[in-house]
Amino acid sequence: MTQLDFITVLPIAFLTFWVCALLLADLFIKRKGLTAVLAAVGLAITLGLTLMQVGRSALGFNGMLVLDGFSIFVQTLLLLSGLLGIALAYGYIRRMKIERGEYYGLLLFSIIGMMLMAQAADLIMVFLALETLSIPLYVLAAFARPNPDSEESGLKYFLLGAFAGGFVLYGIALIYGATGSTQLAQIISVVNLSGGFEGIYNPTLMLIGAALVLVGLGFKVAAVPFHMWTPDVYQGAPTAVTAFMAAGAKIAGFAALLRVFALAFPTLSADLSPVLWVISALTMFGGNLIAISQTNIKRMLAYSSIAHAGYILMAFVPFGDPKVLPVSVAAGLFYLVAYTLTNFGTWGVVIALEKAEGKGLEISDYAGLGRKYPALAAAMTVFMLSLTGMPPTLGLVGKFYLFRAVLEGGYVWLAVIGVITSLISAYYYLRVVVTMYMHEGEAQTEREFWLGLTTLGAAVLTVLISLTPQWLFILAKDAVLMLF
Amino acid sequence: MLLEYIAIGVLLFLATAVAAIAIFLGELFGPKRKSDKKAQPYESGMLPIGPGTRRMPVRFYLIAVLFILFDIEIVFFLPWAVVFRQLGLFGLIEMIIFIGILLVGYIYAWKKGALEWE
Amino acid sequence: MHLSETTTTGFFYLAPWIVFFPVIGLLINAFLGKRFPEKVIGWLASMASAGSFVISVLLAYSLWASGGHAQSVYVAPWIHIGNLALDWTFRVDTLSVTMMLVVSGVGTLIHIYAIGYMHEDVRFKHDVGRYRRFFVFLNLFIAAMMILVGGDSYLMLFVGWEGVGLCSFLLIGFWYDMDTLGRSSWANSNAAKKAFVTNRIGDFGFLIAGFLMFWYIGSVQFDEVFAMAPGLQSGVIVAITLFMLIGVTGKSAQIPLYVWLPDAMAGPTPVSALIHAATMVTAGVYLIARSAPLYTLVPEAQFIVAMTGAVTALFAATIAVGQYDIKKVLAYSTISQLGFMVAAVGMGAFVAGMFHLVTHAFFKALLFLSAGSVILGLERGHHHLAKHEAHEGHHEGHEEVFDPGDMRNMGGLRKTMPVTFWLYIIGTLALAGIFPFAGFWSKDEILADAFKEGYTAVYWLLTIAAFFTAFYMGRQIWMVFFGKPRHEAAAHAEESPLIMTAPLMVLAFLSIVGGALNLPGLHTLTLWLEHTLEVHAGEFVLSVALISTALALLAILISWLIYGRKPLEAGQPDPLKRPLGFLFTGMENKWFVDEGYWAVFVNRYVDLARFLADVVDWRFWHDWFHEKVIAGTYNWLSHIFLNRYADQKGIDAFFNGLGEITRKLSAATRRVQNGFVRSYALAVLLGVVSILGYLILK
Repeated sequence: MTQLDFITVLPIAFLTFWVCALLLADLFIKRKGLTAVLAAVGLAITLGLTLMQVGRSALGFNGMLVLDGFSIFVQTLLLLSGLLGIALAYGYIRRMKIERGEYYGLLLFSIIGMMLMAQAADLIMVFLALETLSIPLYVLAAFARPNPDSEESGLKYFLLGAFAGGFVLYGIALIYGATGSTQLAQIISVVNLSGGFEGIYNPTLMLIGAALVLVGLGFKVAAVPFHMWTPDVYQGAPTAVTAFMAAGAKIAGFAALLRVFALAFPTLSADLSPVLWVISALTMFGGNLIAISQTNIKRMLAYSSIAHAGYILMAFVPFGDPKVLPVSVAAGLFYLVAYTLTNFGTWGVVIALEKAEGKGLEISDYAGLGRKYPALAAAMTVFMLSLTGMPPTLGLVGKFYLFRAVLEGGYVWLAVIGVITSLISAYYYLRVVVTMYMHEGEAQTEREFWLGLTTLGAAVLTVLISLTPQWLFILAKDAVLMLF
Repeated sequence: MLLEYIAIGVLLFLATAVAAIAIFLGELFGPKRKSDKKAQPYESGMLPIGPGTRRMPVRFYLIAVLFILFDIEIVFFLPWAVVFRQLGLFGLIEMIIFIGILLVGYIYAWKKGALEWE
Repeated sequence: MHLSETTTTGFFYLAPWIVFFPVIGLLINAFLGKRFPEKVIGWLASMASAGSFVISVLLAYSLWASGGHAQSVYVAPWIHIGNLALDWTFRVDTLSVTMMLVVSGVGTLIHIYAIGYMHEDVRFKHDVGRYRRFFVFLNLFIAAMMILVGGDSYLMLFVGWEGVGLCSFLLIGFWYDMDTLGRSSWANSNAAKKAFVTNRIGDFGFLIAGFLMFWYIGSVQFDEVFAMAPGLQSGVIVAITLFMLIGVTGKSAQIPLYVWLPDAMAGPTPVSALIHAATMVTAGVYLIARSAPLYTLVPEAQFIVAMTGAVTALFAATIAVGQYDIKKVLAYSTISQLGFMVAAVGMGAFVAGMFHLVTHAFFKALLFLSAGSVILGLERGHHHLAKHEAHEGHHEGHEEVFDPGDMRNMGGLRKTMPVTFWLYIIGTLALAGIFPFAGFWSKDEILADAFKEGYTAVYWLLTIAAFFTAFYMGRQIWMVFFGKPRHEAAAHAEESPLIMTAPLMVLAFLSIVGGALNLPGLHTLTLWLEHTLEVHAGEFVLSVALISTALALLAILISWLIYGRKPLEAGQPDPLKRPLGFLFTGMENKWFVDEGYWAVFVNRYVDLARFLADVVDWRFWHDWFHEKVIAGTYNWLSHIFLNRYADQKGIDAFFNGLGEITRKLSAATRRVQNGFVRSYALAVLLGVVSILGYLILK
C-alpha cells in the first residue's frame, strides 16, 4: 500500500475504524444517546477528511478505487444524509422503544458501503460496496423487531436484494468474460482497442453483462419493473430507516451507475439508451400513477420515491454522448441533492406525526395540522411543492436542469413525459396540503429538538437554494468524473 | 524420488499418533454419560430420520453463521501464511487489521451472548 | 481425436434426443404436472419414452443405411483440462443402438403398463399424490439409461451408470415409509439403501478401473482406450478388467454383490420389470461387451468373468427354488439369467450375451409385469372381500395382514385371471428355453458357445442352472395358477384392465418370435453387431440343444409331479421341504448369504462406527475436549468477564426475546412465501427477460 492508496481511502478507512470502535464502545454505553452523538462526531470528522481531499484526483489500489471530484461530491452528500439520518432517528427510535446502539453502527456501516460505491473503479469493488451498503440496510429495515411489519420488510428486502445482487454478479462475470477484466479502465481500453478486430472482446456478452448490471443497480434505486419491493419495505421499516434508505441507497446506486456506464459502457449507448429511456419513462409513470391511490403516507412516499428514481434516470439516457454527458451528470447530481434535502424534510414531518404501533401514518391523520402546528404544516407544504416541482423550491430547479439536459441530448419525448408525470404527481402531493389546511382534524405531533431542526432547516434550505441555485449547479458541474 | 515423500510420511505418522494418543487419553480419563438421543448419528443438528422439510430453531443458524464467519477467517490465513515472508511487514499489518476487525465482531458477539446456547 | 468418423448424413444428428425426450417429459410433469389428471401424466411420460424409441429406430435405420459404421454425435463440450478433452458425445454404433432399442422399446411398454398399474397401486397404498412422482422418476431413468448406453466415453457411461443407480434407489424406495405390505415401516427405504450402498461398492471398482485407464492411457474415450490398450502390459489390462468386473457384479447383481436385487423388489412392479430385470441390471453386461477389445486381450480375466457368471447362474437358480414370493422367484431368476449373460460375454461370446440380453428383456419384463398383474388381481380380490364383509358386518378374518405377493396365498388363478395366465405361460416357456420360444435360441447359443470354446465347467454349470430354471418356473406356474385357491382373495381375484394387458401382449409376442433376431443360419444379430464387435458366427449344436431342451422338459415334468399333481393345500409346507431337509432350508433362506455378510462385514462396520461414535466422538471429543477443555475454559473466562462487566438482565432479556422472535419470524416467513416475494422476483425476472430479449433480438 502506497501513500497514495492511503489518501484515496482515508475517509473510508477512518470511518471503518471509528465504527468498529463505536460498536465496541456501545457495549458499555448505557445511554444510547451518547452512541448517537459519537456516531455523528465520526461522520463529521469523516466529512472533514473528505472535504480536505477537494481538488485531488487519483487512482488507488492498482485501479480498484478512484478519487475524483465526483466521488468527493457524492460522498459529501452521503455523509450529510448520514448526519440527517441520525438527527431523525435520535428521538424516533427512543420513542418507538427500539433504541439499540447497533442502529448507529449499522447506519455507519451502510454509509461506508455507499462511500465505497462512489469510489469504486472496479466492478468487483462495485459489488462489494453494494453488499456492504445493502446488508446493514436489510438489518435496519427489520430493526423494529419483533414488530412483524418491520421483520417482513427486512426479510423481503433481503430476499429480493440477494436476488438482484445475483444479477449484478452475473453481469460482472459476463463482462469479465467479454473483456478479460473487471477494472473499468481496462474494460474500456479493451473495448477501444479491439473495436474492429476479432480480439478477446465479445460485444454481445458485454451488452448482456451491462444490462444485468443495470438490472441489479436498477433494483437498488427502485426503478420499474424492479421496484416492487419498495412500498412494502418502506412501509414496514422504521420511518427513520426509510428516510435514510430512500436517500442514501439512491445516491450510492446512481453514483455507481453513472460511473460504470459513463466510463466503461459508452460504446454500448446505442443499445442501452433506448432501454434506459423506457425504464425511466415506466418508472415515472408507474410511481406517480400508483401513488395517487395510496392512503398511507409512507406508502405514498415510497411510490413517490420510485417516481423520482425515474426522473434521475433521465440523466442517464444520454450517457453515451460526450457533449451532453457533463451537463446531464451535473443535472443528475443536482437533482440528487434536491431530492435528498426534500426527502429528509418530508420524512421528518412523517416522523413527527407517527405514533407507536403504526398509528398516525394515514394521510387523513394530517387533517388540522395547518391550524395547530403552522410551522410544521408550512414546511410540509414546501416539501410537497418541491417534490411536485413547483416554485419556489429546489424541486423545480432540479427538474429544470434535468429536462434541459435531456432536451440537449435530443430526447424530446422523454422530457414531455417528465412534465406530464410531474403534473400527475401534483394531484397526490397537493392532496396532502389540502388535507392539512382544509380538513378539520386533531393532528398530534411530537416535539423533538433535532427532528424539528432538521425539518425546518430542510424547508428553509429548499426555498433559499432555489433562489440562487447557480453555485450548487456549478459545484455539481465541477464534480467531474475522472476519465481514464 | 520416494525420499521426497518421507516428510509427508513422518507428518502422517505424527498426526495419526497424536490423534490416537488423544483418543486413548480421552478413553482413559473421560466421563461416560450415554443416552439414546446422544447416540444418534450426527447430522448437523437434524434428526436423521423423518420428513425432509421441517422447522429448525433459529438459534441454530446463529451458531452456524458465527462458525462460518470464523471458519473463513482461518481459510484466509492459510494462503497468507504460505506467502508470509514475501509480503513482509505490510502483510503482517494487513493481517493484524483483518484480525482486528474480526476480533471486534467476536467481542461483540460474545458480549451480546450469541455464543451461549441457553 | 475421435477415431470413429463423423458425418452429417442420416438421422444421426438426432441422437441427443434420446435423452432430451424423457428429460422434457419429466420436466413438464415435474413442474407443470401438479394439476394434470393422471391419464395426461402417464401418457405424457409414455410419449416421452416413445419419442426416444422412435429416435432409436431412426438411428438404427441410418446405421443400417450407412453400412453400420460407428458415428460420434457431438453435443456440447464438457471437461477440457490439460490433455484431457472430454465432450458430451453420443456414440451411435450397432451395439449402443441395440441397447437403445431395448431400453426405449421395453421402457415404453412398461410406461404404458404403469399407467394402469400405478393408478391402482397408489389407491391401495392411500397416497394418490405419488402417481406423478413415479412417472417423473421413470422418465429420469430412461434419460440416465440412454446416457449410459449412448455415451462415447467411460466417464459419460459412468454418469449414466450413477444416474440409473440413483433412479433405482429412488424407485426401490418409492414407498419409502412402508414395507412391501403397506405397513408403516422403513423396510422399503432400507431396501433402497441396501441397493445403493451395495452398488457403491461396485462403483468403487468401476472408478478404480477408470482411474487406471486414465493413468496408463491418458484417456477414457472408448476408441482411444481401445487403440492404446494392446500396447500396455497385460497386468494393467487384467487390473482394469477385473476392477471393472467389480462394478459389473454390483450393477448386474453377480456374486458377491447380488444381494441387493432381491430386496429391490420392494419397488413397484413396473420398476422391477424395467430397472431390475430388463434394462439397468444389464448395464454390466453391456459394459463388458462394450469393453470387448480390453477383455479379449486377457484370457485369464475372461475366464474369471465367465466363471463368475456361471456360478452366479447356478447359485441364484437354486435359491429361486426355495422362494415363496412371486417377485422374489423372478428376482433370483433374473440374477441367474444375468449370470448366463455375464458368462457369455466373459467367454467372448458377445453376440450370444447380447442376444440373451435382448430376449431376456422381453420375457422377463413380461413375467414381472404379469406377476404385477397377479398381485394386483389378488389385491383387488382382497379389497372386494373386505368391503363385502364390512358390508355384512363381519370384521374378523381380514384383520390379518394379507400378502398379495405370497404364492402360498394363490392357486387356481387360471380361472379368475385367464389373460394373465396365458401371458405368464408364454413368459415361462420362453424363460425355460422351450423350442421355439425366444429364450430357447438365445440360451442355446450361449450353451453352444461354451461347449465349443472349451469352457466345460461353464457349460455344465449353465446347463444345470437351465434345469433349475425350468423347475422353479414350473413350480411357480403350478403354485400360482393351478390347484385350488388357498386364500379367499385368490378365489375372488379379478383380471387386470386392457391398459395393463395390452403391453403384455406385445411383450408376449416378442417373447415368442424374439428368437428370430439371430436364428442359426441367418445370424441377423451377429451380422449387425459385427460392425462393432469382433464376432464369430455361433453354430447351432444339435446335441447341446437337445440336451438342454430335454432337461427343461424333464424339470417341468418333475415340478408337475411335485407341485402339479397334488396341489398345495393352504398352510401345507413345501413338499420339497421334507425330502431335501437342510438343503431346502438353505434355499429358503438364500443360503444365509445376507446373514453371513452381516456377520462378516456389516457388523464389523457397525462396531467400527460405534467405536468412532462412542469413544472417539462422544467420550473424547464431546465429553473431554468439548465439555472439559472448551466449555471449561469458556466458563472460566466468562465468569471473570461477564459477572464483572455484563448487564445480566440485558442478556436474559435478549434470550427471552429470541423465542418470541423465532415465532414471529417464521410467521413472517410463511406470509412472505405465500406469494408476494415470489411475484416480486417474477416481476424482476420478467424485466430482465424483456430487456435481454430486446437487446439480443433487436
